[in-house]
Amino acid sequence: MTERETLPEDQPGPRSLTDLFLTFTWLAVQGFGGVMAVAHRELVERKRWLTQAAFVEEWAVAQIMPGPNVMNLSLVIGGRRFGWRGALAAMAGMLALPLGLVLLLALAYGRFGGHPAVARALRGMGAVAAGLILAAGLRLFGALRAHPLGGATCGALAVGAFGGVALLHWPMPFILLGLGTVACAATYARLDP
Amino acid sequence: MAGPGPLALHGWDWLQLLGHFLLLSLLSVGGALTTAPEMHRYLVLQQRWLSETQFSSSITLAQAAPGPNILFVALLGWNLGMNSGGPLLALAGVVLSLTGILLPSTVVTHLASQWGHRNRHLRAVRAFKQGMAPVVIGLMLATGWILARASQAGGRGWPLWLLTATTALLIWRTRLHVLWLLAAGALLGILGVV
Repeated sequence: MTERETLPEDQPGPRSLTDLFLTFTWLAVQGFGGVMAVAHRELVERKRWLTQAAFVEEWAVAQIMPGPNVMNLSLVIGGRRFGWRGALAAMAGMLALPLGLVLLLALAYGRFGGHPAVARALRGMGAVAAGLILAAGLRLFGALRAHPLGGATCGALAVGAFGGVALLHWPMPFILLGLGTVACAATYARLDP
Repeated sequence: MAGPGPLALHGWDWLQLLGHFLLLSLLSVGGALTTAPEMHRYLVLQQRWLSETQFSSSITLAQAAPGPNILFVALLGWNLGMNSGGPLLALAGVVLSLTGILLPSTVVTHLASQWGHRNRHLRAVRAFKQGMAPVVIGLMLATGWILARASQAGGRGWPLWLLTATTALLIWRTRLHVLWLLAAGALLGILGVV
C-alpha cells in the first residue's frame, strides 16, 4: 500500500462542517439495515474522500475501538480535517435525521406493524442490505493486492475471519484480537522501519 | 408496544441507567449489537423496566429504519420513558440513553484516532492499520453472510439468496444507486416474489 496518507491534501475532502453534516446525513438515510456498505460507496466511490486502502484502514480503527462502527468511522473522518468539531458534525449528521425517522417508525409500528405486507417488504430490503455489504467486502478485497503480506496470505486471513464468525459463530472480538494480532505482527515484520 | 406491566423509572433509576450505559459504551467493541444481550439482561430480566416485546421490537425497528443500528438504544430509551409517564419522559429517555452509550466511546475513539494520525508514520501504527485490513474485510463479508441468513427467517429460501447475490453483483460491478435496489427489494417482498 503506497497510499499511507488517509486524506492527502490533493484529494477531495469535506469542505466545511456543514458539508460533513449533510454528507453523513445523506449517507445515513440510505443505510437500511446498516450504514457501512453505503458509507463505502459514498465516501470512496462517489465523493472520493478516501482511497479503498484508506477506507479499510479507517474501518479497522472504527472496529477495534469501543462504540458503534459506523459512528466511529464518521467521527474519525470528521475529526481528521476539523478536529473534535468535525467529529461532532459528522456524528450529528449520522444521528439527527435517522433518529427522527426511527421515532416516527416506532409510532407507526404501533398501528401498522401487524400487516403482513410490511413484514414482506422488510424481508426483501433485508436481503438487499446483505448484498450491499457483501459487495463492499468484495470491492475492498481488490485493494489487498498491494498489501505487504501479499494476496495469498491476505486471502487466507480474510477467509479465516469470515469462517470464524459466519460459519463457526465465534465472538467477533476474539477474531479481531486473535487473527488481528497475527496479521499485524506479520505486517510489522514486512514493513520498512 | 405496551408490555405486560413493566415498571416505571424514577429519579435514582435514571441515574443508574445512565451509569450502566456509560459503562457498556466502553465495552462495546465490535459493533452496536454486541451490547444487546447485556442490555436485555439488565433492562428486561433484572430491572423489569422493559417487556420482552418492547426490547425485541426496538431492535427490529432500528434495523428496518435507515441509519446506524445503534438507534435501537434510542428506542429502548423511548420505551423506558413511555413506561414511566409519556412522550416528554420518552424524549428524555432517548437523549439519556444515546448520551450514555455514545459519550465514552466517542471520547476514547476520537483521542485514539487523533493520536494515530499524528503518529501515522510510526512502523507500529502502519502495521496495525494495514495488518488489520484482511481481517476486517473477512469480517465485513461475514456480516453480509449473517444478514443474508437472518433475512431468510420465514422467507422462501432461494429467491432471497438470489436477490442478495444479484444485489452484490450489481453493486460490485455497476454504479446503480443503492436506493433503487432497496426499493426493488421492498417491492419484490410486497408482491410476494421473495
